Amino acid sequence: MTAAAVTVTGLTHRHRGAAAPTLDDVAFTVPAGALAAVVGASGSGKTTLLRCLAGLEVPARGTIAIGAHTAAAGRSGAATLRGRVGLVFQTFELFPHLTVLENCVLAPITVRRIARAEAETAARALLDRLGLADKADAHPQRLSGGQCQRVAIARALAMAPACLLYDEPTSALDPARKGEVLDVLATVRAGGVTQIVVSHDEALVARVADHVFRLDAGRLTAEPR
Amino acid sequence: MALALAGGAWATAAESPPGDDALARIQAAGELRWGADAQGGAPYVFQDPMDPNHLIGFEVELATALAAELGVKARPVQGQWDMLLDLLGRGDFDVALNGIEVADEKLRVAGLTRPYYVAPERLTIRRDDANAPRTLADVRGRAVGTLPGSLAERILRRAGAEVRTYDGGQNEIYADLLLGRTDAVLLDAPISLYYGEIEPALEGIAGDFGEVRYAIAVPLGEQRLQAALDAAIGTLAADGRLRALYERWGLWNPETAALLGDTRPGSGAVAEALEAWRTAVGKPLPLLERLRDRYPRVLPLFLRGALLTLALSFVAMALAVPLGVVLALLRKYGAAPVRWLATAYIEFVRGTPLLVQLIMLYFGLPELGVTLDPFVAGALALGLNYAAAEAENYRAGLESVPVGQLEASWSLGLSTLQALRHVIGPQAVRVAIPPATNDFIALLKDSSLVSLVTLTELTKTYLNLANAMRDHLGLGLLVALWYLAIGLPFSWLARRAEARLGRHLRTAG
Repeated sequence: MTAAAVTVTGLTHRHRGAAAPTLDDVAFTVPAGALAAVVGASGSGKTTLLRCLAGLEVPARGTIAIGAHTAAAGRSGAATLRGRVGLVFQTFELFPHLTVLENCVLAPITVRRIARAEAETAARALLDRLGLADKADAHPQRLSGGQCQRVAIARALAMAPACLLYDEPTSALDPARKGEVLDVLATVRAGGVTQIVVSHDEALVARVADHVFRLDAGRLTAEPR
Repeated sequence: MALALAGGAWATAAESPPGDDALARIQAAGELRWGADAQGGAPYVFQDPMDPNHLIGFEVELATALAAELGVKARPVQGQWDMLLDLLGRGDFDVALNGIEVADEKLRVAGLTRPYYVAPERLTIRRDDANAPRTLADVRGRAVGTLPGSLAERILRRAGAEVRTYDGGQNEIYADLLLGRTDAVLLDAPISLYYGEIEPALEGIAGDFGEVRYAIAVPLGEQRLQAALDAAIGTLAADGRLRALYERWGLWNPETAALLGDTRPGSGAVAEALEAWRTAVGKPLPLLERLRDRYPRVLPLFLRGALLTLALSFVAMALAVPLGVVLALLRKYGAAPVRWLATAYIEFVRGTPLLVQLIMLYFGLPELGVTLDPFVAGALALGLNYAAAEAENYRAGLESVPVGQLEASWSLGLSTLQALRHVIGPQAVRVAIPPATNDFIALLKDSSLVSLVTLTELTKTYLNLANAMRDHLGLGLLVALWYLAIGLPFSWLARRAEARLGRHLRTAG
């Protein structure tokens, strides 16, 4: 994995039929390998920004550059981001009918056309790093929330993305175990991946983020550090 | 024509363009295909209660003798009685010979030969019923059973009776009279003799109730065939073979004697065939005896019916499943015009009776030059119909998978098709299996509709046998066992598949 800088320019997004844009001319840069956080009240456009970065929403204007790759606004541009940018969903969205290992090798095998044996070796190494070595053959239903989150991270990392996005990573966790997320973020950072975390938990964010962006009604209002 | 060509292997162009000579074709083929309904029962065409693998009846003997006169063999073709003229027009057989009443309105759709039999109408009542109607004048306002579309029905309606018609066999008509559900039955004398008067508690009343003449129906415009059959009937009447045949069946009567111009006095010959019928079915056999003597002999027939039911259901399902998948995917993921088309198909097919669809395919398409084989038409009608039901099952399965699963697949770089195959599909299938199993079992049962298009599947086998053996309960239980024997293994397999696909849902033990 090679971390890449993420540069967003003039990003504007409007939901169909909505009067005001969800994102209004948003621009920022996250250096390669850094950990950035996006904070803001609910409805401020945080999740839409994340979904634009992951290629799940189609922005009306603006560009998203991941390293040397630039995705223009529009449907085809958005599609080029998928697989390049990993996303850890708030609800994880693990595939319930597949084991942990199968969750992690599905995309490498079907999208990257990597041989199964090779994909499994790589996935087991990832699971090992995230402390899930003994869960490889379990189905997601048998895992705790924290374990599911780490599987979702391993699944995304298996595609060797240049950048990994997290949507509210602490929301589905027991308050006492929120600290564990910090360890996971540190582990991923050590692997050399640019990370962007969307969260309303500013205290948590303050402890780990290199950069904090604040969104307010679709506009980036401040870049404190 | 273009349609027939496009139909390729499974469609054959309509067989007999007008002007072609049916007689020449029959003689070239060496067989006379004659249409009849074995469910019509004794003494016309029915399965021998002592050996149900054989069709017997006075019309079987008549057809054999007529075919011999034409220099060919007779081959019976099963067809639903009230559809015989439609099937004849479609070319499913060369002639229809099964108690077809001479009536002017039939001449618009078929030619009729000279009559071969005259049947007086006979009223049957319960012996112990003091108030029973005994004349035509008495039936006004009384419940009287008969066959639908028969002359007897028209006579009864004219007389102001409260007419009850039965689509099943003749046996039910008299069973209802015995049970007191009707006050009388008016039917042709042969039916009355074989199904009514065989019951000691019932009494047949001869009287002036009218009479019907039976003739053979030939396709419109086939004058040569009609003339050849007329001549053959004349020969059989003249040399006494026809009379001997009727006497064997106990059917010789003054009306027929007058029709055939045979004024010789009665020969006093024993009606062996009628006696054999009385012996075979006069009194219901004890269950044990039926199990030991009768039922083993019907097994090959049921087996044949079951195989046809199974083959039809499998072919139909093999069509319904992939078509259903395509329809469900188009309806859920297709672009707007395609989505509307899929929805329109589903709503049209679900909203119209399967019966109508089958009749349209079988009797309607020939108008466009596409004549389908009965099995193909049956499987196609069932398959196209069930595809709509399957599509809705699969759509429900697809809807049950949260949209996040598709987005997670996309964000990993999977295409929509890859996501459907590896992520959405497997989860949707598990949800769709129970309703799809239900549908398959419903399809097994709905396949009985194909008896309309000349196929003798399991239900038709039962109806024919029940009427020929006068045994509805025992044979009914037997046919139920056959349906269960087909359906239960499938339910079991479906439950196993569902459990296998749902392994991940089991919680840690």
